[in-house]
This record gives sequence, structure tokens and C-alpha cells, in this order.
Amino acid sequence: MKSLKAQGNILADAHEQLDILEHGVNHDDAFRLVPFQQKLEAIGLFPLKPVAIDVFQVNIGKMCNQVCRHCHVDAGPDRKEIMTRKTMYQCLEVLQKDVSFKTVDLTGGAPEMNPDFRWFVEEIRKLGKHIIVRCNLTIILANKKYHDLPLFFKQHAIEVVSSLPYFTRNRTDRQRGDGVFEDSIKALQMLNEVGYGKENSGLLLNLVYNPAGAFLPPSQANLEKEYKEALMKEYGISFNNLFAITNLPISRYLDYLLQSGNYEKYMEKLITAFNPSAAANVMCRNTLSVGWDGFMYDCDFNQMLDLKIDAPGKHIAAYQAADIKNRSIVLNQHCYGCTAGAGSSCGGAVTT
Amino acid sequence: MTNHYYDAADLGKFGSIGEYQKDLADKFFAWYGAAFADSALSAKEKSLIALAVAHAVQCPYCIDAYSSDAYEKGWNEAQMMEAVHIAAAIKGGAALVHGVQMMNKVKEIAM
Ligand code: SF4
Ligand code: SF4
Repeated sequence: MKSLKAQGNILADAHEQLDILEHGVNHDDAFRLVPFQQKLEAIGLFPLKPVAIDVFQVNIGKMCNQVCRHCHVDAGPDRKEIMTRKTMYQCLEVLQKDVSFKTVDLTGGAPEMNPDFRWFVEEIRKLGKHIIVRCNLTIILANKKYHDLPLFFKQHAIEVVSSLPYFTRNRTDRQRGDGVFEDSIKALQMLNEVGYGKENSGLLLNLVYNPAGAFLPPSQANLEKEYKEALMKEYGISFNNLFAITNLPISRYLDYLLQSGNYEKYMEKLITAFNPSAAANVMCRNTLSVGWDGFMYDCDFNQMLDLKIDAPGKHIAAYQAADIKNRSIVLNQHCYGCTAGAGSSCGGAVTT
Repeated sequence: MTNHYYDAADLGKFGSIGEYQKDLADKFFAWYGAAFADSALSAKEKSLIALAVAHAVQCPYCIDAYSSDAYEKGWNEAQMMEAVHIAAAIKGGAALVHGVQMMNKVKEIAM
């Protein structure tokens, strides 16, 4: 499987995606979804403003060793976009000046594939920030040079967040590719070996569940219990928390929805499940998201739709704390994915 | 008026059943919600039971709803089909066991 970009798929263009999200595939009048903005207005949340911004999320490259069917980044081995050291310096400068950022959340693609990944981590640690790495697990086994990642993570007290769509091979491989389940299990065992996910080790290993298909996640608490029992019983694996997240209708997941004829039903499902308290807790309210090229966004999803931040300076080099804190968050129909049911953010459900 | 009895879109309108009798509908939905909540059985187990019963009562709306719900809650295809077989087996058995009544009657009237 190739990325949408390599396929020359029209959905590789963010404008096409936005057009489908707003008007449906055929600009059909029957497909008129209530604008997300109206839903927020009805509950007094529009314009949506940030609260305390403490998470600095950086996408350090779209390159990935996997090509998952649901990937909202459209990442893969054929993607070459990667953050340069110069942009990393610009990020570090902001992190140094703005002490309100407590956490740096590194994502990709596979962030570890950026040649400056380790250097960047070390520099961020010098600033005393908590670091999260979104590790896809299989990268640890993909090449000899990555085998020591568990130790590297441990040395820098990194919180590891890893996607494992399900605790069975079938559902995981269907979403993430053949053999991914087996390698993910091996990688989890390697992380356990150095202390990750073990009680009192202080080394956090959190897993992410996201539905392998056109449906919403079930209760996060129940799922966590099932994952813990199954992974321990079958493979002797332990971990800390499970984050159940909803797939947002963008990029390759949007392509899947369209190809499988599920797009309209899925959008309706998201809208029917709109939850005002989840809306109050969406992650864009405490996050700033920086793209591989240094542009700033409200979240990773807006980043992939090329919806840049609504502030005078749009690049990290022009960062002004006051502008960022007073901005209005840019919203569109994909935002329904964050407010359905128990809600969804990088940290899982936002309500219980 | 449409000329067929079942329309998939009607499932989404189930909530409006209270339009003609709100009190009873409210009571039904409250009871329904409570019956399906995690309790002595988990919501996940209840979903699989509901899927089997949906087949037994042959309600296409319930089959739709609980096929999605059971899969969402983590049951796999084989488990779901086995639940359907249980519903079918009970239905088949229930029909067949009346054969005893038939036999009784025949024996009563036959020379
Ligand atoms: S979902 Fe993650 S692991 Fe899969 S292709 Fe996208 S970035 Fe890579
Ligand atoms: S998609 Fe982004 S901007 Fe929209 S609600 Fe979710 S986090 Fe906020």
C-alpha cells in the first residue's frame, strides 16, 4: 500500500478533503450536515478559545515504516517531509521562553525516523520538559539502529504512547498491515524488559485503541481492563493506560470511508453522538501543534487539513505567546470526531 | 407513504417513538438503558445476547444495531455467528419439540 500522495489520489489535497467534509461527495442537498460551528454556538462555546496551553505537539516528519489504512497523516515510507534542525532550534527557542509548555508531544510518521530525533529529545530534556513519543512499536524492530530505542526512551524518562488497535492479530493487521501485530507484541515485550509499563518504575507505557472500521470506540475503562487481561495472559505484557480514540474523517480514513460506502453514515453517527461536555474538553484547547515545516496549527488534524492557526504569525519563528493564547480555534466538520460520545483526544476519552 | 414495511432510516427515528406517548416511551428508554448497563453481566456480554435475540425475533432494526454494537464492543465475526447459530438452534429446537405434541395427538386419534 502507498500513501495517498504517492497514489496521486485527489484526497492528498487538503482542499478536496475539506470540500467533501463540507458538501458531501456529490454536493448533494440531501447531505447537509449541521455545521460544527452551529453546534458549538448552541452550547455557548463559539468562538472556541484555548484554556491553559501546556502541550507543545510537534510532527517531526511524515516518514513512517508503516502504511496504516486509517492514517490521518497519510504517512509512509514514500513520504520525505521531515523537520530540519533549523526548525527544531526555533521550537526549542519557544519552549525555552514560554514556560507554560510543560509537555512536548513528539509525533510523525514515525518520529524516530527523523535523523535529528535523538538530538532533539536531548535538547528538550535539558529544558526540563516532559516528553511524550508517539511510537508505532514496529519501528523498534524495523532496523538494527532502532533496537536500543527502549533504553534511549528510558534514559530520558520519555512517556511512550503506542497504537495497538486491538489485542488480536486479525483486527490489528487489517488496519495496520500484515505482521504488525506480531512485531508490536515483540516491541512491547522489549519495552517491558527495560521497565516500561511496570508498577513503580515511573516509566509510562500507554496504548491507544482506535476502531478498525467505521464505528465508534466502546467504553475506555472496560476496554482497558480487557486489554490488560488479554495481553498479560497471552503474552505476559503489562502497560499503564489505554486511550480509546475516535478516527477522524480525514486523509486515509476518509478514503476508507468513501471506498467502503460508510462516509455519510459515519458522519451522521458522529453528529448524533455529539456530546457538549466532550466539546468543552477538546485537545486543541490546551495544545499547540507544529508541523514538520514549522507552521502552527490548533491540532494534528487541522495540520493535516492545512488549516493554519488564526493568529498574525503562522510560523513558529514568529511565535507570540499573547497571540496564541487569544486566538480562536479553527473548526470544521471533522471536529465532530473529537466530540462524539465520550470524546476523543490524543489522551483518549475526555469524559467518563 | 412508502410501499415497503422496513426502511433502514427508521432505526434512527426510534427515539421519536415518544411523540405519541411520551411517558411510556421515557419509561421504556430508561429501563432499556438500565437493562443494558454493566451490572451482573457486562455490557459487552449483553450486546452478544441482544444480537442473538434480535435474530430470534427477526427484527432487522435490532440486527443492524446489535451487529454494529457487538462488533464495536470487541466480539469477532466467528463469535457473532456462533451467537446467531444459538438463536437458530433454539428456534429450530422450539419448533421441533412441538413435534412431541403432534405425535401425542396422532397417537391419541390413531387406531
Ligand atoms: S498511523 Fe502511525 S504508524 Fe500508521 S502509517 Fe500513520 S504514522 Fe505510521
Ligand atoms: S479536530 Fe482539532 S480543532 Fe477540531 S475539535 Fe478536534 S482538536 Fe479541536
